[in-house]
Amino acid sequence: MSVLIDAQTGVICQGFTGAQGTFHSRQALEYGTRLLGGVTPGKGGQLHLELPVFNTVQEAVDATAAVATMIYVPAAFAADAILEAAAAGIKLIVCITEGIPVLDMLRVKAVLRETDARLIGPNCPGVITPGACKIGIMPGPMHTPGTIGIVSRSGTLTYEAVFQTSRCGFGQSTCIGIGGDPIHGMDFIDCLKLFEADADTHGIVMIGEIGGNDEELAADYIRQHVSKPVVAYIAGVTAPPGKRMGHAGAIISGSQGTAEAKISALEAAGVKVVRSPAEIGTGMQAAMSG
Amino acid sequence: MHLHEYQAKQLFSDYGIPVPKGRLLASVDEVAGLAEELPGSAWVVKAQVHAGGRGKGGGIKLVEDVQSLQDAVRGLLGTQLVTPQTDDEGLPVNSVLVEQTVPIAREIYFGMLVDRSRQRVGLMASKSGGMNIEEVAATDPDAIVTESINPAVGLQGYQCRNLAFALDLTGKQIGSFTKLLQAAYKLLLDCDAGLLEINPLVVTEAGELMALDAKVDLDDNALFRHPQLSALHDASQEDEREHAAAQHDLNYIRLHGNIACMVNGAGLAMATMDLIKLHGGTPANFLDVGGGATAEKVAEAFKLILSDPQVEAILVNIFGGIVRCDLIAEGILQAINEVSVDVPIVVRLEGTNAAAGLEMIAQSSLAVETASDLTEAADKVVAAAQERQT
Repeated sequence: MSVLIDAQTGVICQGFTGAQGTFHSRQALEYGTRLLGGVTPGKGGQLHLELPVFNTVQEAVDATAAVATMIYVPAAFAADAILEAAAAGIKLIVCITEGIPVLDMLRVKAVLRETDARLIGPNCPGVITPGACKIGIMPGPMHTPGTIGIVSRSGTLTYEAVFQTSRCGFGQSTCIGIGGDPIHGMDFIDCLKLFEADADTHGIVMIGEIGGNDEELAADYIRQHVSKPVVAYIAGVTAPPGKRMGHAGAIISGSQGTAEAKISALEAAGVKVVRSPAEIGTGMQAAMSG
Repeated sequence: MHLHEYQAKQLFSDYGIPVPKGRLLASVDEVAGLAEELPGSAWVVKAQVHAGGRGKGGGIKLVEDVQSLQDAVRGLLGTQLVTPQTDDEGLPVNSVLVEQTVPIAREIYFGMLVDRSRQRVGLMASKSGGMNIEEVAATDPDAIVTESINPAVGLQGYQCRNLAFALDLTGKQIGSFTKLLQAAYKLLLDCDAGLLEINPLVVTEAGELMALDAKVDLDDNALFRHPQLSALHDASQEDEREHAAAQHDLNYIRLHGNIACMVNGAGLAMATMDLIKLHGGTPANFLDVGGGATAEKVAEAFKLILSDPQVEAILVNIFGGIVRCDLIAEGILQAINEVSVDVPIVVRLEGTNAAAGLEMIAQSSLAVETASDLTEAADKVVAAAQERQT
C-alpha cells in the first residue's frame, strides 16, 4: 500500500509536448506510471510518445478517466493550468513548475478550497510510490518499495532521505515533495495524516527548512495525532535573516521562521530531529528500534 | 525585489496615497532652487538605500536652513551608509530624497503583506507608528490589529473601518483611511507586491493622512509581467557577487566564513552550510547551481567562489538525479582546468552513476579530494581549511 498514488493511478501531463513535459513523461513511462495522454492546447488529436494529445484537460479526462495530472507548463501559465485541472475534476494535481507569482497562488488556493482536488507543489519534485507510479522529476531508480513515508519541502534533500532510507533497508512507501514556495498545496499536516493512516507506512521522514511556520504547526499535529516514529531534518540553521535561500519560501523574516524554533517545536513533540543531513537514515534506524 | 523609498512614493502618488512633496537629488548641484521649489522652514533629507534603520544609521537628517540642507545632501551623497540592518560595509548612497516637513499630530503603523500561514493578503496596523513592528509584536502584541482579505471579494469597507476605529481615527479620517487602504491594495495587486509598508503613516495637525515613509517589495516571480517595474531595479544596492551570480542563473549568497560550497538544490545547499558549521567550520556562501550542473555553470560557480578572498577550501556537494554524476564529474574537472583553482577542493557525489563520477575525479591529475558521504566530505573540507590556516 501507499498514499495518494499507486500502480492503478491514471495520469495525464499538462505541457505534454514541451521539452520538460516530454522528457519527464518519457521517464514516467519508463518507470511504469500509467500515463494515459497529455494536454497541449492547439495540438489536440496528435500523438506524442505514442499517447493521445488533447486540447483541454476536460477532453483528456473524458477520454482517459485520468484522476491525476502532472503540470510542466511555464510559470506564467501555471495557475491557469492548475485551475483547469481542478475544473475538469482531476483529484490530484502535481505542479512541478517553479517561479509562479505568489498572488496567482493565493487566488488558486482560494478556488481549490471549494473543490476536492489535492494540489502538490508548485516548485516541487512531485510524488512517487516506488515501483508503482512516479509523477515528477525525481530520479526513479534510486527509490525502493518499502515502509518509510517521506514528506519534504526540498527536492535534493528528499533524494538524500530516499537514498539513506534505501541504504538502511527500509525503502519508501510514498515520497511527497510539497515544494519550496510560500503558498503551496498539500502541507506537512496533510501528508502526515495520510502516512499515519497508511498501514504500510511504518515511519515518517519530514524535511523542513527555514521560513514560515509549517513545521511548528506540524509539530503540534504530530504531538496530538501521530503515533508512528517521525524523524525530521530542518535545513538553514546557518542561514542569515532577510535573505531568500533559493526557494521563495525559505526566508527568515524578523524572528519568524528560524531553524532553531522549528527544531525545538519538533523535539518538544517527540520527533527525533537529526542535526546532520547525513543522519536521516541512521536516525530512522534509531527511532524504529527505540 | 526591493524598491527605494522614492520609487515606492512615486507609486503611492500614482495611486492617490498622499505623500509629502519632495524631490530626488543625485548631486549636490541640484540643491540650487530647492528651497523655492519646496517652500518651508524645515526639510528632511533621506538617504536612498535598500535597508531599514536609516535613522539610526544617520541616513535621515532634519534641517532648518538652506546651508544645513546643502551640508546634509553633501554629507550623504556618495557615502556608504551603515545601518543596523546592513553589514559593516553598508550600502552606497547614490541619491537622496529631500522633502517638505509636515506638522505631525500622531504616527500610525500600516502594513499589507502576503500572509503565508493564512494564505491571504493580510493587513496590520498599530497606533505605535514609527516603531519597528517586530518589536511591537514582541512586547505588546495586542497593540497590533489585523484583517485578512478574501481574494474573491477583495478588501471590504468594514475591514478598513475596523482598523480605523481601532486606531482611534475620527470623522472624515475614517473615509480617508478607507480610501488609502483601497488604493494600497490595488497597488499591491497591480504591481504584484509581496509587501507594502507605511511606517509611519501620519495624521497631520490639519487632520490629513500622509505616508511619511514607504516600503514596497515586489515579487521576483512576477517581474516578467511588469517590465516597467523591473527597470526600477538598482543593482548598486546588491552584493556584486550576488548580482554576477544572478546573471549566470546561479543562486549565490555571500556569508562570512572561509569554506565555500557549491551544491545542486536550495535545500541541500542550506544543509551543506549547516553541515560545515556542525563539523567546526564556517560557510563562506550559499550557492545553488540548480539541476543542470553543466561544465559552463560549474566554471562560473568556481569563478564566483574564488572572487571571495576569504575562501580557503571548497566543498562541492552534488546529488545527481536525472543528471548523471559522471557527466557532472566531467563538468567539474573541465571547470577546474579552466579556472585555476588554488585552494583545496573536496567533491562529494551521490546518486546516479556516482561511483563512475568519483572514479573519474580520483584518476585525474588534479588535486581534488573525493568523499563518498556527507560526513566524510564535511570532515575533509574542514580539515583542509584548518591546515591552510596553520
